[in-house]
This record gives sequence, structure tokens and C-alpha cells, in this order.
Amino acid sequence: MAKKPKNKRRDFLQLSTVTLGAVGTAAFIWPFLKSMSPAEDTLAAGSTEVDISAIEEGQSITIKWRGKPVFIKKRTKDEIDAAQMVQASDLRDPQDDADRVQKEEWLVLVGVCTHLGCVPLGQKVSDMKGEYDGWYCPCHGSHYDTSGRIRKGPAPKNLDVPPYTFLNDNTIKIG
Amino acid sequence: MDKNRKVHQFKNPVLNWIEFRLPIISYFKKEYGDYPMPKNCNYFWSFGALATITLVTMIVSGIFLAMNYTPHTDMAFDSVERIMRDVNYGWLMRYIHSNGAAFFFIIVYIHIVRAMYFGSYKYPRELNWILGVFIFLLMMATSFLGYTLPWGQMSYWGATVITNLFSAIPFIGEGLKTWLLGDYNVGNATLNRFFALHYVLPFVIFGVVGLHVAAVHVHGSNNPDGIDIKTNNDSVNFFPYMLIKDTVAMCAFGVAISAVIFFGPNLMAEVDNYIPADPLVTPAHIVPNWYLAPFYAILRAVPDKLGGVLLMFGAIVILFVLPWLDRSKVRSCNYRPIYKWFMMGFFVNFFALGYVGMLPAEGLYLLIARVGLLYYFGFFFIITPFVGWIEKPSKLPLSISDVYAKNIAPNIGGGEKGIPSPAMQKDTNL
Repeated sequence: MAKKPKNKRRDFLQLSTVTLGAVGTAAFIWPFLKSMSPAEDTLAAGSTEVDISAIEEGQSITIKWRGKPVFIKKRTKDEIDAAQMVQASDLRDPQDDADRVQKEEWLVLVGVCTHLGCVPLGQKVSDMKGEYDGWYCPCHGSHYDTSGRIRKGPAPKNLDVPPYTFLNDNTIKIG
Repeated sequence: MDKNRKVHQFKNPVLNWIEFRLPIISYFKKEYGDYPMPKNCNYFWSFGALATITLVTMIVSGIFLAMNYTPHTDMAFDSVERIMRDVNYGWLMRYIHSNGAAFFFIIVYIHIVRAMYFGSYKYPRELNWILGVFIFLLMMATSFLGYTLPWGQMSYWGATVITNLFSAIPFIGEGLKTWLLGDYNVGNATLNRFFALHYVLPFVIFGVVGLHVAAVHVHGSNNPDGIDIKTNNDSVNFFPYMLIKDTVAMCAFGVAISAVIFFGPNLMAEVDNYIPADPLVTPAHIVPNWYLAPFYAILRAVPDKLGGVLLMFGAIVILFVLPWLDRSKVRSCNYRPIYKWFMMGFFVNFFALGYVGMLPAEGLYLLIARVGLLYYFGFFFIITPFVGWIEKPSKLPLSISDVYAKNIAPNIGGGEKGIPSPAMQKDTNL
């Protein structure tokens, strides 16, 4: 540091100039960085109401919510049993089936693989459903069970459950 | 300003007028006229020039495509089809641009293979190598961004998969991904910014290429024997000798790329990208561009999301430190009897990784990808440092001229056994 007292004043001036410059530059850069985040209208993307009265048992539909596919499946008794029998502690992302549904026959999932974002197969009767009879992601081979939980493959987490409410027996509001 | 500066004198008074104010004429004369090239350089040394020409071609064709392209999710696909069908010579611009990208990577891969095999990355050209790897990274980013623009199924899902790589980063991953996309999934905000970045990055590449070329001109080009220029007998002037040689290479390249552009323009394209992007349906099989496939194979070979992402990026980052992993002072693999074979094995392995990267990640393909992954990193971390340590290199020629002299008198270049020939010693006074 400065040995002579007269240098202290110069050091102070240098330091404060550099500091002010750095803060000013950061303040200038911030709006540019922030402008790349989702815009207000994107954030405001609203909720979606879905009529589920036409869905048969074992059938599944895909709807679009905030640009993403959402799977709504009316599960069969076998599928519910299969999902409930699993010990949560054995799973990669431990979760009981009961924590993933509001009514046990209705399973609502964001249809986006938690690995790298592909849409898993399993919505159509003819689709591959994977080794656990739920969904199968063709991109990198993740298998999901009848509760949408990850069972095999590279995905780290279960398929997300979006926020939803039953407005009545025939209508779900997603979002 | 230095009043005593010596100004080059030319016969042409106009050149003198310019030279006095901006010494650009003498600069070009020095760097591209009298610039000494080792006289033993083979056609591998033409790929730098070819890459530069391809970069310019990509920028020009890209600018003209941008005049007719609309970066909006509702219109992008149709605007590309309009370029193909209605815009005058639009099909040609697009096929030049899409195949040009593939050829750009072919050229740059050969350029990298040349630098690795003949040890161009070693002292004193390490910074040159680093700049080159940086250009390679920028190229991969640019090609990925560009591939999104036609907004076909592969564009959309390729962008989805690659941007999701960032979500693997703990804690900040999801937020970072959303910030990069400007939305919760690939959408209009994403397409817009990808277009903006795809337009600007090639100019950044152009700038780094300028540094890359300036850096190689400081110590001069390497050559197949990996020894330095010692006397004027070892080199030829860039003009006209190497310029003519590069021109011959350029003609051959022109024939090759024209054959593809005019007779097989979709050979390297994916059929699914002629289907408009659909956010609700993933194609059964997402295929990366072949030139990125080796890294995609590494990503899929690892059964863990974060691990796969780290190894994939690690496979590129490791290239930056290659000059320090290789402890051998001998540059050219022609004089490295053991490392030579490991090096060729590395090239074959990289090719194999690319091949399985285009196929489903299951069964035998997955096994090959995993073996390939082990060899890829083993080559850098174990083979390269270790072989340099135990290997006894063959005797290097005394000089570049000596390489040719040996053909007449075989013993001229032979130093005593065990004594390193003078050419092996570092020589910086070029």
C-alpha cells in the first residue's frame, strides 16, 4: 500500500473511480440480461379448463398448457393398483402415488421428459409404453410407470404434476 | 508519432500514398507475399485456407438468406419453403448454406486432425491451438442456432434437447434454461434470439480467425516433419507457391461441394426437418447433425443426466489443455512410432462415436459408445502423457532440406545414436 500520505488521496480516487465504474457497468448490463427472461405476457399465460367427461377408462388425452403438453389419463383399476403397490423408497425420485393424484383414477402430468425435454410416448394405444406400462421417452430411453414416476433410464425426476383443481366432476382447471 | 519511420517505397505512386498513411500494402506483402512457408508442407496445409473461404461463403449466403427469412414461429417454416420455391435462386442459397455448414465441419475436422497428428499445437503454437478450439466451439454453437431456424421437427426438438442440457446444472439450471429460452419452453422468444445470435456469431468467428491467422504467422506454419525453418533453403514464399497450391485445393473442394449441392443436396439433411415443428409430438428418433454426433454419443453413453452433460462439454474443454498433456518435444507423429498408432486410433474412435451417435442408444451401439468414451478420455489423460514419457522417437532430420537430401545420400541427416539432432532443440530465432 501507499507509504507516503499524499498517495492515499490518489489511491482513494482511483479506487472510488473504479468502483463507481464497475457498479455503473453492472447497472447498465442488468437490463440487457433481464430482457432475455420471459416477458410479462409469457408469464401471464393463463389457465386452461378441460372437459374430461368424454375420456374413457384407460384412455388418455393431451392438451396444451403454457405451450407444453399435459397428459390427462383416466387410469384403469390395474394401473392404479400397479402404481400404489410400489414402495416409494425403492424409487429414484421417491413419491407415493397418493401424493401425485387428487382422485386416484385421474392422473394429470406435464408430458415433458425430465431428462432433456422430449414428449414421452404412451398416449396412443399403439405407442410404446415402456417396461412399466406408463410412458416411454424415445429420445434417450426413460421409462415411466402408471403414476408417471421415473423407473429406468437417464431422467432424474418423475414427470411433473401441474397445479390443477376439479371444478366439478367433468371439468379440470389446469394452472 | 515516430517521424523516422521507414516507409516502404513502391513504383506505383497511389500505393505509396496509401502506404504512407496506412502501411497496409507492406503488411500484406509481408504476411501473404514474402511469408515463408516450409517447403515440405503437403495438402493438409491447405485446409486452413479452405476453412477461411468456406466461412466467407457461409456469411455471404447467410446474409442473402436472411433477406427472405422470417424469424417467427408461425412463419419461419413457410418462409424457408418460400426461399426454396419462389425466391430467385433461393434454393441455391439455402443448399449452399446448409451443405456449406457440413463441409465447413469436414474441413475443420481435417484441419484439427492435421494439427494433432503433426503436433502443430505444441510449443510455440499453443495459443494458436487454443484460439482454434475456441473457433470450433463457436462453430458448434452457431451451427446449432442455425439448425433451429427452419423450424422443422428436428429444429424444434434439437433445440429443446440441447437447451435442456443446461437444466442439469444443480440449483441454477432450470432458471438458466428459462433465461436462455425466454420462455418455459422453446418458443417465439427463443427463435427470435437464436436468429439474432446466429447472425452475429459468424462475425465473432471471423474476428477470432483473424487472431488465429495472426498468431500462426508469428512463428510460421508447422510442417509434416515438425521441425523449424532454419535457412532460406527450407522455405518457399507464400506467393506464388502456396497460393497456387491452395488454389488447386480450392478447385478440388469446389468440385466436391458442388457435386453435393447440385446432385445430393439433402444427403446430409434429416427428413423430419421437412415437417413443421410440433411442440406436442417428439419425433421417434432425434438425430443431431452428423458433425455434432460424436459429442451426442458421449452424452447418451452416460446413464446420468448431469454426468452426461459434464462429460460431453468436458470432451471439448479437454482439447484446450492438449498442449500441456503431451510431454513429448517431437511434434510430428511421423517420428513417434508408438503414439502414431494411438493417434490414428483416436481418429477412428471419434468416427465410431459419431456413427453410433446417429443411431439409437441401445444394445451394441450403446456399448460401442461407452468403449469409445473411455478411449476418448483415456487418450488425453493416460495415453498422451504416458506415451510421451516412455516413447523413444525416431531420429529427426537435421533440417527441412535434409528431408529431401536424404533421398540422395541417406546418411547426411544421421546424428550419432542417442544424441538428439539439432532440429529437436527448440529454435525460436526464425
